[in-house]
Amino acid sequence: MKLTVTVNGSPVDAEVADRMLLVHFLRDRAGLTGTNVGCDTSSCGACTVLLDGRSVKSCTVLAAQADGREVVTVEGLASDGELHPVQRAFHAEHGLQCGFCTPGMVMAAVSLLEENPSPTEPEVRAALEGNICRCTGYHNIVRAVLAAASERQQR
Amino acid sequence: MIPAPFSYKRASSVDEALDLAASDGDDAKYLAGGHSLLPLMKLRLAVPQTLVDIGRLDELSYVREEDGHIAVGALTKHAELADSDLLAREVPLLRHAAGQVGDPQVRHCGTIGGSLAHADPAADLPAVLLALDATLVARGPEGSREIPAGQFFRGLFETALEPGELLTEIRILKPAAPAWSFQKFTKRAIDWAIVGVALQGGKVALVNMGPTPLRATAVERALTAGAGAADAAALAADGTSPSEDLTASRRYREHLARVLVRRALEESASRA
Ligand SMILES: Cc1cc2nc3c(=O)[nH]c(=O)nc-3n(C[C@H](O)[C@H](O)[C@H](O)COP(=O)(O)OP(=O)(O)OC[C@H]3O[C@@H](n4cnc5c(N)ncnc54)[C@H](O)[C@@H]3O)c2cc1C
Ligand code: FES
Ligand code: FES
Repeated sequence: MKLTVTVNGSPVDAEVADRMLLVHFLRDRAGLTGTNVGCDTSSCGACTVLLDGRSVKSCTVLAAQADGREVVTVEGLASDGELHPVQRAFHAEHGLQCGFCTPGMVMAAVSLLEENPSPTEPEVRAALEGNICRCTGYHNIVRAVLAAASERQQR
Repeated sequence: MIPAPFSYKRASSVDEALDLAASDGDDAKYLAGGHSLLPLMKLRLAVPQTLVDIGRLDELSYVREEDGHIAVGALTKHAELADSDLLAREVPLLRHAAGQVGDPQVRHCGTIGGSLAHADPAADLPAVLLALDATLVARGPEGSREIPAGQFFRGLFETALEPGELLTEIRILKPAAPAWSFQKFTKRAIDWAIVGVALQGGKVALVNMGPTPLRATAVERALTAGAGAADAAALAADGTSPSEDLTASRRYREHLARVLVRRALEESASRA
């Protein structure tokens, strides 16, 4: 089928198989390989992107379901060479080690802060329950999200 | 993992959805949030020839009050249920349970209608709607019909829906007794319930204690006869047939049902 998905603000037109998954569309057609595939079974959250502003696991969404809609990937967060506050906080708080889970963690955190701009620590932990990290033990990730929230509040 | 080939069609109205499904007969399936169907298709456990995407039928996405009952559109997402002020006031059990389904990403996609139609015995919302004695509204080529939740779940992943029939609405009478509780026992945050309990007033429904969600009738009868929480909860596994799997043996599930029903009765008493 022919589809048009707005990815990080720009329309991407493509002719794709009906069965193409959104994550493959983003990586192979839009050329944006920041979105990772971890488990491929909807469990790990590495493939998280925003679809019309809300976090989804792009390994469990068809490209066709995103036709005519807006997707934001980790590549779409920075603007004018400036990292997004959540990206900056992950850097400052050492919220990553190998970095494989990071794009998904960051997108899940961005979605959380849109829905709940000043979450408590338990709320941050609950909101990241769909994202698995094998390296950090989560503490620094949670700290990074809380730091990003308080930076946003101060602005 | 990639699903087997199929042809994708998108419906822009309920009538169009019914037509599209009918034109492909038994090989067509509706696609709502896709969060039960797509994982199965990726594993090739489901191989529909046609997917009829009903995900954009905004006309079926709502929570509203209608004379004496609450009407929920079948395409309403878990996240929207969990965020609904009307549900918080009138049916807090459903609002709370919807917020316990999967994780935020799942709740941003999955719908209440998909959850009911899929009829996974480990799913949360089917048991909740059983405890609420909800009525489900289905539309087919011949028009609409109402199905009581108690007659909807027929077997493992099997419901009263005819091929091509579309679930459109869930109707919930405002609960007469305010006491409610939802208990979900998991090993890890994101897991499905090993066993779950939904309780509204004197109605108690169990998650994952058999091939379908089911009412704990022995518990309900004991409560009506005046039994206390501990005595009633001791009957929670009566008439159940839980499966065995990697997470739990049958005996463990029976034990959990008794413990969780007791907790549910105690918690709900504090809310009465
Ligand atoms: C990682 C993960 C964790 C999850 N955890 C939980 C959990 O803890 N608890 C829980 O309850 N669920 C859980 N789920 C399942 C989730 O709630 C699903 O979203 C839900 O079961 C199905 O809804 P859907 O809209 O995605 O349906 P789909 O996957 O689109 O459809 C499911 C089935 O229902 C049919 N269908 C859908 N809508 C209709 C309709 N209106 N009329 C007729 N037929 C219809 C489809 O044809 C299909 O057969 C989880 C899912 C994932 C991926
Ligand atoms: S790759 Fe999508 S959830 Fe793991
Ligand atoms: S930093 Fe390695 S998986 Fe999270």
